[in-house]
Amino acid sequence: MVPTAYYLILAAMLFSIGIAAFLIKRNVITIFISIELMLNAVNLTFVAFAHMWHQVSGQIFVFFVMVVAAAEAAVGLAIIISIYRTRQTLNVDEIDLMKS
Amino acid sequence: MQLALFIIFGALALGGALNLLLQRHPIHSALSLVVVMMSLAVLYWSLGAEFLAAAQVIVYSGAIMVLFVFVIMLLNAGTEQRTRGSRAAYAVGIPGAAAIFCLLSFVFLSERGALKSSNIGGDLSSATDNIAEVSAMLFTKQLLPFEVTSILILVAILGAVVLARKEQ
Repeated sequence: MVPTAYYLILAAMLFSIGIAAFLIKRNVITIFISIELMLNAVNLTFVAFAHMWHQVSGQIFVFFVMVVAAAEAAVGLAIIISIYRTRQTLNVDEIDLMKS
Repeated sequence: MQLALFIIFGALALGGALNLLLQRHPIHSALSLVVVMMSLAVLYWSLGAEFLAAAQVIVYSGAIMVLFVFVIMLLNAGTEQRTRGSRAAYAVGIPGAAAIFCLLSFVFLSERGALKSSNIGGDLSSATDNIAEVSAMLFTKQLLPFEVTSILILVAILGAVVLARKEQ
């Protein structure tokens, strides 16, 4: 027996670590990785609530989040590759202009 | 039994996330995220979502993380260096994340009475198993969104090819 609140607090911890990593990290790829961490934390709350209410809809939500995350990763990493090709850097402090 | 599973794999997920935050090399962060995703897959399984546990391993820690590691190695990303921006980010990031965590856990703990506790395994409905239930929902009620996601994937593939192409 595990209270649902424990799962939610674990998800909150993962989400806040994701936010901290998103704000602290200076590498574009690591920032992207922390977005994936936040998506995973939200997925955990969806699954926990789906279990609590005995409903499958929450799991359907997680399925769609996974599909969108896969699409987002493909496009985002392509953008990172094209940024690296034009700027020769991955540091977000140096990527602050739309066109240079 | 479930509490032991939760503690072990919750601690593993938390440790992986903290390692992601503390490591300075992107490849270490990516591999710690794999640890987080695998332990979350175990937690999904213990919450009765067997299909999602398998999809988590195959799609997230399989496909998406391979893509990340591939790009890190392709771009030869090195250790990040400290800059003026990173000091400002420390000053904002740590308190901001702590504030959001306090807010979320305050809400969850104050609503604790309304939240029930969960037993191990799937008890969504004991008559059918989890995959049958998910697929019945996905292919009847949610058929249109399901088909739209296939178009989304197609657009994403085309967009990735166009964006990563070498310009003439």
